[in-house]
Amino acid sequence: MVAPGSGHGLREGSSLRLAGITKYFPTPDDPAVRTHVLDGVSLEVAPGELVSLVGPSGCGKSTLLRLVAGLGAPEAGELWVGTEPIRAPSAERGLVFQDPNLFPWLTVRRNIEAGLSARGVLREKQHEVQEFMRLVGLEGFAQAFPHHLSGGMAQRVALARAMINHPRVLLLDEPLGALDAFTRMRMQDEVLRLWEARGITMLLVTHDIDEAIYMSDRIVIMTPRPGRIERIIPVNLERPRQRNSAEFLQLRSDILELLHFASRTPQATAERQTANGA
Amino acid sequence: MNTSSVPIKEPVRLPVAPEAMLSTERPPAGQVAAFCWCTILAVPVAATVALTIHRLIAKNEPVADTRTFTLFLSCVLITFVAAGLVQPFWSGLRRWMAHMCPILAAAVGLLSAWELITTGFRLLPLPYFPSPASVLQSLWNDRFLLCESTGNSLLLLLSGYALGVLVALVTGVCIGWYRHARYWGMPLLKVLGPIPATAWVPLAMVLAPNGRSAAVGLVALAVWFPVAMLTISGIANTRASYLDVARTLGAGQGYLIFRVAIPAALPSIFIGLFMGLGTSFLTLIVAETVGVKSGLGWYVSWAQGWAEYGKVYGALVIMAAFFSTIMTALFKLRDRVLSWQKGVIKW
Repeated sequence: MVAPGSGHGLREGSSLRLAGITKYFPTPDDPAVRTHVLDGVSLEVAPGELVSLVGPSGCGKSTLLRLVAGLGAPEAGELWVGTEPIRAPSAERGLVFQDPNLFPWLTVRRNIEAGLSARGVLREKQHEVQEFMRLVGLEGFAQAFPHHLSGGMAQRVALARAMINHPRVLLLDEPLGALDAFTRMRMQDEVLRLWEARGITMLLVTHDIDEAIYMSDRIVIMTPRPGRIERIIPVNLERPRQRNSAEFLQLRSDILELLHFASRTPQATAERQTANGA
Repeated sequence: MNTSSVPIKEPVRLPVAPEAMLSTERPPAGQVAAFCWCTILAVPVAATVALTIHRLIAKNEPVADTRTFTLFLSCVLITFVAAGLVQPFWSGLRRWMAHMCPILAAAVGLLSAWELITTGFRLLPLPYFPSPASVLQSLWNDRFLLCESTGNSLLLLLSGYALGVLVALVTGVCIGWYRHARYWGMPLLKVLGPIPATAWVPLAMVLAPNGRSAAVGLVALAVWFPVAMLTISGIANTRASYLDVARTLGAGQGYLIFRVAIPAALPSIFIGLFMGLGTSFLTLIVAETVGVKSGLGWYVSWAQGWAEYGKVYGALVIMAAFFSTIMTALFKLRDRVLSWQKGVIKW
């Protein structure tokens, strides 16, 4: 509906810059051997842009997201949000996982408040809790405990909990992956609504090509270990997008072909490198 | 009561009656009305039977020894007749009675059987196996001393338990959360913890200024190990993703420990609290028998010294009530604190 940054509503998003990110993980059975997870990933995201990361499993998409969140540091490369380097987790970069990870000992309301109480600003910002509960349509479930919620509802609580801190970047790690097809489509519209309303920069990891095309401004296609950016595809379809339009389907088959090719690249076979070899 | 032919026939037939009643109650569950009436009548019938047996058996005993038991059985009878009359108008009571009456009737039946075995047929040697009447009588005679002993035991238990839990939570959270505390603290816990607290009695007697503080220390030590161990495991096994989420919400160390790790560890901590409570009962009684000059444990060994087994059994009855009440209180506390688990885990 709107080009990034030109939307109505708020503009809380901030730009994101990744430069030459390289990351290794120790192999569980042999700490001396390291798995090369990410190899020189560079990416610039404009404020308020919605970018999807797509790729075969094990290509380091989630690792990249965790690095942006500050949950870990890369072996090489730099991460910037706006003009600040990323060194540690911060409420400015919200993270939503596939599992909602709601605190089971807190009610829905307290879970959403957790974003505020973690920063110690619950008293000043108390009035926003109601607003965010309404934003995700959960006013009637304030006192429910997480295990009473359906998957879609739980994920909405997780979104509200991350959004209540007014993050400048929202990182979504397959947030809708565990939902059934119908709930997923509805939730995609909800996330888009939140995105448009608040103008947040979003980085979305997904396995679902349709979801990536439906939601994002650009799609980043990654190769498996070590994860590299294979191609960045801009999606210039008008919003709201039609899932069965000819352009949509054409883009879909192009990306599928690309992914198929990507998973067959020779790099995929060179999975592990020893620490001194890298 | 004064006919001599009845007592011989009665004991043979009547002890079976409560049992028979129980067995006939269960099958016709389909007929609600009949089921209800059988249930409601179970306790009064059992009490009447027990009273009859008691009157017949105890007529040769001194009245002072048997009066309390007569009174007790009469109270049971009157209470349950009254409850049976009130229950049509009080649904809560009716539900409670439908649930509890069979087991209470069985308990009264057991008392009767006990009396038959001891005073009735004199199958067991005295003074080691007194009749329920004389146990009740010694309970009543010693009521002030027993109340005082129970109070002292409670004070000792609670102070020892509270101290132990407090120290255990602090050590458990530190060891569970901080890597360095784990490195230095865990071996200490693993080596010292498994020693039964009662094995420290000789050392406690030397180190503590008096018997009371020795007992408190021993109870605390007994509680410390299981609670600390399960706190550590609870804290260390906090789902990493909860901590990750909290970090991305801007949480600091304090929030991560007190608002994420500890709540996440609470189910495990409560298991430790229950285990600790069990060991604390044991340690309390041992500590009281060796060091302290009051309390239920002391009372039992004192009564045993005088071969007053009625008092020993009386104290055991009090202990049963005392410990199970405390256990129930902890269960209630857990249900409150962990109410969020309802529907997640069945205990």
